[in-house]
Amino acid sequence: MQYFVQQLVNGLTLGSIYGLIAIGYTMVYGIIGMINFAHGDIFMVGAFTALIVFLILAAAFGSVPIVVALLVMMIVAMLLTSLYNWTIEKVAYRPLRGSFRLAPLITAIGMSIALSNFVQVTQGPRNKPIPPMVSQVYNIGGISISLKQIIIVVVTAVLLALFWYLVNRTALGRAQRACEQDRKMAALLGIDVDRTISITFIMGAALAAVAGTLFLMYYGVVSFSDGFVPGVKAFTAAVLGGIGSLPGAVLGGLLIGFIESMWSAYFSIDYKDVAAFSILAIVLIFLPSGILGRPEVEKV
Amino acid sequence: MAVTVSNNTGETVANPMARALREAIYAGLIALGLFILFIGLRTDQNIRNELVLIQRWGLLATVVVITAVGRFLYVAFVIPAIERAKAEKAAAPAAVAEPGFIRRNFNWLGIAVLLLYPVVVVSLVGFQSSLKWVDNFGIQILIYVMLAWGLNIVVGLAGLLDLGYVAFYAVGAYAYALLGTHYGLSFWILLPAAGIMAAFWGVLLGFPVLRLRGDYLAIVTLAFGEIIRLVLINWREVTNGAAGISGIPKVSFFGLMSFNVSDPNYISKVLGIAQSGAYYKIFLYYLALALALLTAFVTIRLRRMPVGRAWEALREDEIACRSLGINTTTTKLTAFATGAMFGGFAGSFFAARQGFVSPESFVFIESAIILAIVVLGGMGSLAGIAVAAVVMIGGTEILRELEFLKVVFGPDFTPELYRMLLFGMAMVIVMLWKPRGFVGSREPTAFLKERKAVSSSFTKEGHG
Repeated sequence: MQYFVQQLVNGLTLGSIYGLIAIGYTMVYGIIGMINFAHGDIFMVGAFTALIVFLILAAAFGSVPIVVALLVMMIVAMLLTSLYNWTIEKVAYRPLRGSFRLAPLITAIGMSIALSNFVQVTQGPRNKPIPPMVSQVYNIGGISISLKQIIIVVVTAVLLALFWYLVNRTALGRAQRACEQDRKMAALLGIDVDRTISITFIMGAALAAVAGTLFLMYYGVVSFSDGFVPGVKAFTAAVLGGIGSLPGAVLGGLLIGFIESMWSAYFSIDYKDVAAFSILAIVLIFLPSGILGRPEVEKV
Repeated sequence: MAVTVSNNTGETVANPMARALREAIYAGLIALGLFILFIGLRTDQNIRNELVLIQRWGLLATVVVITAVGRFLYVAFVIPAIERAKAEKAAAPAAVAEPGFIRRNFNWLGIAVLLLYPVVVVSLVGFQSSLKWVDNFGIQILIYVMLAWGLNIVVGLAGLLDLGYVAFYAVGAYAYALLGTHYGLSFWILLPAAGIMAAFWGVLLGFPVLRLRGDYLAIVTLAFGEIIRLVLINWREVTNGAAGISGIPKVSFFGLMSFNVSDPNYISKVLGIAQSGAYYKIFLYYLALALALLTAFVTIRLRRMPVGRAWEALREDEIACRSLGINTTTTKLTAFATGAMFGGFAGSFFAARQGFVSPESFVFIESAIILAIVVLGGMGSLAGIAVAAVVMIGGTEILRELEFLKVVFGPDFTPELYRMLLFGMAMVIVMLWKPRGFVGSREPTAFLKERKAVSSSFTKEGHG
């Protein structure tokens, strides 16, 4: 039982990170119906930015209180990563809006290749380890919970609450939901669709940047190729939860996190990704539009 | 990258130079923001294995200035030039030019060039130095042409988005590698076997997922590709894991001549010519060409058969298809299986050529590259896809050869490092420049009286 709860905690931590990335996929998909393949690499850029900020802080001030360091890392990462996603949207996706469906998919894949190789070229191909930032571990009834895990879950929960408020209670969120339902109609009613889409990309990138910072804090290492696997898993999570649905993205993220940690605990760690992908396929066979997704209506 | 950022707010600025200047400043600022941490600083390990930052402000300034100047030139000169050209074109009477000789006979000329390519290379640089050109350029490009033509059946004709095509490539490669090394079977037996096995996997994958549509299908195929790769890495007893399988037997000349120096029927002994590794490469080149042409031939013929027409009908409108009595499930399955079979052929050829396979060769990026070639070529157009493969694969291969860049950027400059970066950027730029691909029109297979090219703006790309 203890072992099981321990795995639940690990899964929750992983799932939080996947959920944060998955929101970026699902929002972009909801609003313009494209798979933003570069999102995984945006996450990696976020993690790398956090790494560089950490090194700057360490070089400039010696030791900084961990809370301050984390906050500064997160904020700078959110700003710069948003700028990346905003630029990518303007350069690579906007000119192709209204073009055929596969065109932005290909530019997104191109951007993903370009981003990870840009970081490889400018920062070098090696893994970048940092000294552990937080190392406290609490023992509650035989279950060890590290402070890192608590930080990840708390930060995710706070951000999700904030995000939920933004989408459901503000004019901006209303504009986003309107664009999601019918872009043309929203434009006719005076919503600046381009601006709304830009903001959607910025929000997705900001969440991915936080996920990147948390990833760096949790694993203590990042490399240029770290965007792909979490990116694919987060996308899997978004599809599993029903792409276009925000609660679905979080649910899917948590599910993928649980599946992964349970599978590596009870079966074989080598096949944890195989398990996650197989469960995706199985779920989609029975629920073809994901767990919380709206079924597609066929119009003739 | 920021060169094409458009800050078009819709206002009419009286002075285009002032506007260009403003845009240049914006672009410079954005570039500064994007690159300040990534180019301005570099993380490096010191002797104690700690990360330290190295400052590169000069490089950062150079990049920012280049971006700003590039943006200025683009807005001030390139855009007006394009506008002028457009206006002139619109003003001139639409003269329907008779397509030139090259255009009319493009396919046959292309095949002729491909057939003569090794002969020309050998006569220009001799047998030994021809290796690089025939192998790195010729065979490499032909493998991608073959793969892209195979995927074209799934994506271009049937309109099913497959992001895990590389899985079938892997199945074909491992089928040949395992059966060839363990049972010593010949390539000529295993080539069809690998194709059938890949087709079988295509059906196996296709069966459960064909209820899915659009992006759901895309992600499941991606997941399938990853599953195959992960199994290849982890099932060490059979696949030897990440280390891969080496010592895969070479292809023989239909059993008559061998390309192993130690064999009694080694080609140079049989024909009485000097030993050289180039014979094998040239033979492989023609083999790849034959396989690629077979793929093209089958595609062209299939498009005229009921099943090919059903694929294209499925791409255009699935509901109409169903109401006309086409069995969409079997139609999709045949597309998957046929595409997979050619992937399997390409895979077993790849294994024979390398003599070594490992899961490293079958990563997602390969699927992405193949898909990009299909889309960049103009989905459904065989010639366009071949051109796209030559441009994208040949272009990145040629980067390895650019020694003169070392003179410009100093001896430490390694162009290979920038290969994939440029490849990614090229994908974006080509797509922005020609969103419908190199060949934006389709040849109809059914027509009344006269065959007219259909602009691809009238064709759909499918939702499945």
